[in-house]
Amino acid sequence: MSTHEPGADLDPGMTGFDLVREGARRDGVEIVHYAPKFPVPGTRRERRIERTIASMFLLAGAAATAFVVIYIVLPVGYSPGYNSHKWMTPLLGLTLGLTLLGIGMAIITWQKKLFPDEIAVQSRHDQIPNEAERTLTGATMLNMVEELGIKRRPLLRRAALAGLAPVGILAAAPIIGGLLKDPHHPDILFHTGFAGATKDNPIRLVRDDGSPIRPEEVSVGGQMTAYPGIPDGSSVKYADSSALLIRLRADDALTLQVNLHSRGNEGRMAGDLVAYSKICTHAGCPASLYEQQTNRLLCPCHQSQFLITNNAEPIFGPATRKLPMLPISVDDEGYVVAVSDYTEPVGPGFWERP
Amino acid sequence: MKRRKVDVAALPAATARQIDDRFQVATPLRRMFNKVFPDHWSFLLGEIALYSFIVLLLTGTFIALFFDPSAKEVEYSGSYTPLKGVVMSQAYNTALNISFDVRGGLVMRQMHHWAALLFMAAIIVHMFRVFFTGAFRKPREANWIVGVSLFWLGFLEGFCGYGLPDDALSGTGLRIASAITLSIPVVGTWVTTSLFGGEFPGDVILDRMYIAHVLLVPAIILGLITVHMALLVKQKHTQWPGPGRTNHNVVGVRMFPGFAAKGGGFFMIVFSVIAFLGGLFQINPIWLFGPYKASVVSAASQPDWYVMFLDGSTRLMPAWELRWHMFGHGYTLPPILWPTVVLPGILTVLPLFYPFIEARFTRDKTAHHLLQRPRDVPTRSALGAMAITFYMVLFLSGGNDVIADKFNISLNATTWFGRIGILVLPPLAYYVTHRICLGLQQHDREVLVHGIETGILRRSVDGRFYEVHQPLAAADDHGHAELDYAGWVVPKKMNRVGALMPSVRGFFRPIEQPPGQPTEAPVSPAPDREEIGTGTRQR
Repeated sequence: MSTHEPGADLDPGMTGFDLVREGARRDGVEIVHYAPKFPVPGTRRERRIERTIASMFLLAGAAATAFVVIYIVLPVGYSPGYNSHKWMTPLLGLTLGLTLLGIGMAIITWQKKLFPDEIAVQSRHDQIPNEAERTLTGATMLNMVEELGIKRRPLLRRAALAGLAPVGILAAAPIIGGLLKDPHHPDILFHTGFAGATKDNPIRLVRDDGSPIRPEEVSVGGQMTAYPGIPDGSSVKYADSSALLIRLRADDALTLQVNLHSRGNEGRMAGDLVAYSKICTHAGCPASLYEQQTNRLLCPCHQSQFLITNNAEPIFGPATRKLPMLPISVDDEGYVVAVSDYTEPVGPGFWERP
Repeated sequence: MKRRKVDVAALPAATARQIDDRFQVATPLRRMFNKVFPDHWSFLLGEIALYSFIVLLLTGTFIALFFDPSAKEVEYSGSYTPLKGVVMSQAYNTALNISFDVRGGLVMRQMHHWAALLFMAAIIVHMFRVFFTGAFRKPREANWIVGVSLFWLGFLEGFCGYGLPDDALSGTGLRIASAITLSIPVVGTWVTTSLFGGEFPGDVILDRMYIAHVLLVPAIILGLITVHMALLVKQKHTQWPGPGRTNHNVVGVRMFPGFAAKGGGFFMIVFSVIAFLGGLFQINPIWLFGPYKASVVSAASQPDWYVMFLDGSTRLMPAWELRWHMFGHGYTLPPILWPTVVLPGILTVLPLFYPFIEARFTRDKTAHHLLQRPRDVPTRSALGAMAITFYMVLFLSGGNDVIADKFNISLNATTWFGRIGILVLPPLAYYVTHRICLGLQQHDREVLVHGIETGILRRSVDGRFYEVHQPLAAADDHGHAELDYAGWVVPKKMNRVGALMPSVRGFFRPIEQPPGQPTEAPVSPAPDREEIGTGTRQR
């Protein structure tokens, strides 16, 4: 291909589409087929298509106007029951969708039905590697290294490395240092909101609203979520602390009593009452779907199942550890209390967990 | 004073001249206008992802104007009466306000969510297209890697967005995320407390996810999309084989006006579909879930669909935990480590390197610009089907509680189905796909040798019946009319070779007179048959 001097090599006789074709040719594109869809202008079919496209644009305009009117007129906010508040979102979506659909369909119909048929072929000659160019660029790059003289000057090389390495650490330091938080001081992994509870200084189990719980308030075969009776005890600040307080049927309680010693849980029940950590030992969801008939607790996140009558041992699903049992008792005033924190870590497993 | 008249007709040309005087853009601009794009429906799947991303940026900016990611506790006083007076985080409070008290806020929020789901779906389907047609082969390995990275960044971006409203579902999702980081060997607890600024949930995680969701991750995604597009322009689009199409050219239409008009129109249609979805189909009704409480969860709590496969893998994982004693202390590798840390690690690395792995096995070092039909590469197609089956088993297992509930099946049975299915079904899919590919290849060759089955039965003079076949090429001196396979669709019905009447135009009545109906089927039979095997494919 010859080089093109600005404006010098254009045939002055070239007009219209010849110029387009020539321009494409210079870009490595050959327009091999180019034919108008309607060689005879103004046929019935062509006018029909024009009307269709025009109506799509008009539909878009009408829908856009409707959108603005709805946006201004309809009331915002919520009010219970069936009312005009409920219409805002669907109508906005509908009118916005129609607006955009109208524009989109109009443009695509225009392109497909009215644009000339075209087949253009572009060459990929620029994607074939050029050995000479490679040699020249390679030599230039080698020359850069040569100019630096890094090979001949070992002192500079080592000094630069020694000088720049700490800069990299410097860049990482504030990010890592700023975020870093020790999980062991304070030891949040092994303690919950019940930390500090002892026989002499027990912590009450309370409801969501902070009110203490009497054993008889849990129906037989029923359950209740309990939190540590400390300030903010039921808030997400003590996300690990919640317990499921269950009152077993008499024979189930007997079964559990027999099973307690096998897992070191002796003396942690209060009569028929037992309190298990509500936090699943698998992924930390509340394992709170209580199947009263089968005495199972099911975690809805990954379907681990725990058998209440056997120390909440996992019997199905991905969980590997039993739900920790909260040692409970009933205090002098007749309220359920925890006489110790959970004796093992609550929630999902981790590396340092024994 | 006499005013100089402005020649309006000459204005565009004069402006263009002034601009080119300064920037010399005539050549590069024309090169861009004239860039040729090949045309096939499968090439617009990636466009859907791009357009959804634009919608995400637009709607996301609107939402960000009204959203405050603070974990500070406030009492709800908005117009949604069922939650009036409930103590909640400022994040959940503002998310509710966007849904009820900002004009058009809910439609924007729902469009944002739908666009995110569509973004991920389009990425995956686009990856299928690229994988099964071999578009990732040399020289496009780098763009494949960028694409895989975009999938995982979209995944991360979506997860952060899902966690931001601080409703019961997003809090549960975050709780599981913290369990996942906790399970990482050696550094897990440090990573978790560092991310959450202490114990879960703490009060910094929402702010951190917010900055990741609105700045860090979108900026990286935007940068990678730019690289993705730049490489596409530089390397030019792949094309299907066909008449006049070679490894050294691109056959199609020029970018302007034809391709650009189609692309622009298609953007509007994608946008419109998202608007319909956002307005008419409720998604993530956070007001029904309530604020996050660590002790509250409901059944059927599923993540967004593109996270479900990891939820599924977690559900299927047997209760296997490694525990041992070392230096007087016990250590644990929890079961959640394998399906949520190790598996995604494999699912990242394996696809990233797939182009190189395949090239090594096939010893293929040449550049490819022509696509392959899936049937012509049975091994790759079978591997792809195997991967999709693996994914689908995990995906369905992510909703096994809903399946068990709706179809009245035992929940544990669905888990066992997944556990066995994940081992049995992918190899089965491999085998079946491989056989289907070979069968399709064989049929293509049969049609090329014998012609199209016309469905016309003839009886010869000696009483035998045979089906008339229409050969695709003129017979040579020996009476054979055999064609070579060209890597593209072989016509298998008579109307594909123009042997049927042209369709009649018009909806209620014809607007053109149809040409005269042929009186006899236009076939030219060649009755001899021979056995056809699977052809060898060209590389």
